[in-house]
Amino acid sequence: MGMDKLLVIGAALFCCGLYTILTRRNAVAVLMGVELILNAANVNFVAFSHYVSRVIGGQIFAVFVIVLAAAEAAVALAIFLRLYATTGTVEVDTADELKG
Amino acid sequence: MPLGNLASVSRFLPELAVTATILLLVAVHVVGKNRQSSASALLSLAGVGAALLLTALQPSMPAVSLFEGMVALDGFAVFFKALTALATIVVIFMSMDSAELSGKSQAEYYVFLLSVLLGMFLLSSATDLVMLYLSLELVSIPSYLLAGYLKGRKSSNEASMKYVVYGATASGVMIYGFSLLYGLTGTTQIAEIGRALATGKAALPLFLAAVMVAVGFGYKIAAVPFHMWSPDVYEGAPTPVTAFLSVGPKAAGFAVLVRFFYTVFASPDGAGGPWTLSSPVDWTLLFAVLSAATMTVGNLVAVNQKNVKRLLAYSSIAHAGYMLMGFVLLTPAGIQAILFYLVVYLFMNLGAFYVVILVANGTRSEDISDYAGLGSRAPFAAVSLAIFLFALTGIPPFSGFIGKVYLFAEVINRGVYWLAVVAALNSVVSLYYYARIVKVMFLEEPAEKAELAVPAFPRALLCLLAVPTLLLGVYWEPVIRVAANSVRLLAF
Repeated sequence: MGMDKLLVIGAALFCCGLYTILTRRNAVAVLMGVELILNAANVNFVAFSHYVSRVIGGQIFAVFVIVLAAAEAAVALAIFLRLYATTGTVEVDTADELKG
Repeated sequence: MPLGNLASVSRFLPELAVTATILLLVAVHVVGKNRQSSASALLSLAGVGAALLLTALQPSMPAVSLFEGMVALDGFAVFFKALTALATIVVIFMSMDSAELSGKSQAEYYVFLLSVLLGMFLLSSATDLVMLYLSLELVSIPSYLLAGYLKGRKSSNEASMKYVVYGATASGVMIYGFSLLYGLTGTTQIAEIGRALATGKAALPLFLAAVMVAVGFGYKIAAVPFHMWSPDVYEGAPTPVTAFLSVGPKAAGFAVLVRFFYTVFASPDGAGGPWTLSSPVDWTLLFAVLSAATMTVGNLVAVNQKNVKRLLAYSSIAHAGYMLMGFVLLTPAGIQAILFYLVVYLFMNLGAFYVVILVANGTRSEDISDYAGLGSRAPFAAVSLAIFLFALTGIPPFSGFIGKVYLFAEVINRGVYWLAVVAALNSVVSLYYYARIVKVMFLEEPAEKAELAVPAFPRALLCLLAVPTLLLGVYWEPVIRVAANSVRLLAF
């Protein structure tokens, strides 16, 4: 498989992720969109690492991104759980106490 | 030549001091019986104080790259480390006085606060994409938790949710931009990326990458159009956290913005600039437009606000817009003006938020209408708030005026007249809403006449914030000299 195909996969994942973030109203679904974007970046990193730089810097970067994505997801889900406990919903647009 | 890992440790002492304090706090939290005692606050004060002292010893050291090129130790990084440590110390004092936070478990709060500080230290000195991303997340993730620290309060949870959704998206887009830069150059070192790009590469992917990275950094400094999260988060978060977020991470965001764009998309004529654009992407024009949009949106929306925290949120968006003016000029004087403005902004903005905390402790309200008659109910707090607000407006003889003079002078010096005109008009708009609070405090009759007591210790701290705000308006020479010496980005 050539680098072009991998980059197309990465770009497609990125677009899916962005579409999910912009259209879904459920906070957990938005978080899934973010994970798609992070994985799009990972595909890019690994592809570039293999075809462009030929050292493993990019692959290591991808590992760091995976670890941080897990940390971010843990914190985000804890926050959504807390929001559910106080408001009974995790819809992004029903949380409208703060506005103006 | 970058230093190796072991040789770097002796120049990494401020970061190590903060790390040790965080670990100690965790230990205290596990062992300690009284979760509400102020022991953890005092411990974090000692730790951050030690980090500040160790940072103060660093300017004499020669600029050097540490940990095989991961972070830089240069005048620029030292300046931002000192600035963010100072802001954290003030915020720790504010947190000890806040009624919102009393009765909550203290140790975790300070662990999060110091983790953000460690992240800001690394963010202002990161010179590698991996380090940059790691430190940005180290600033962001504990900030989400701090914003939602009042677990039982609906608005705090909502603020935290909005913060994490916007923040995760912005950092995701930024990391995709990083992957494009890595693909174009084959390296993660920002200095090498800059050199590789200077040889001329495809303009379109480069433009995409620059915009995507700008999304991530723009979100950190709350620049329009990535500012949507900030009013909600600032209003819903506990007030000491709001004060912290409006100064610390914003300053660190400016540090990384300057270091990244001045290294990757511009090349210096020496360590202290001036810089010239080295890539086909004219990002200075892009950021000049963002700067004008940021100050205009911030100021215009602030006019109609009824909640004082929300008003200060929009005002801090506007101030990010003013500071961005210095960023687009590519001159040492522009950066110097940003650094000086950040020092002034630290005192006046933290001061304003501190008065908000003291008033909310007494009235349980953050509405501007509840500030009526504050001039007679709590004269000391009211006069201090008036000082901070006039300084934020930029009226002489307050320090905000001097900060603006340096920014405007350099903008005009470089011939960007339209930006100077927009900024001047914006300052007029800002006078309206800042002066409105002062009018409510001194000219309107209070619904309740009882005196609002301000204890001795908060009075002393308010003085410590008000004195620099006034003093820097008449005698600013030492600070501007420090700022001038700090415009030294490590070139390697």
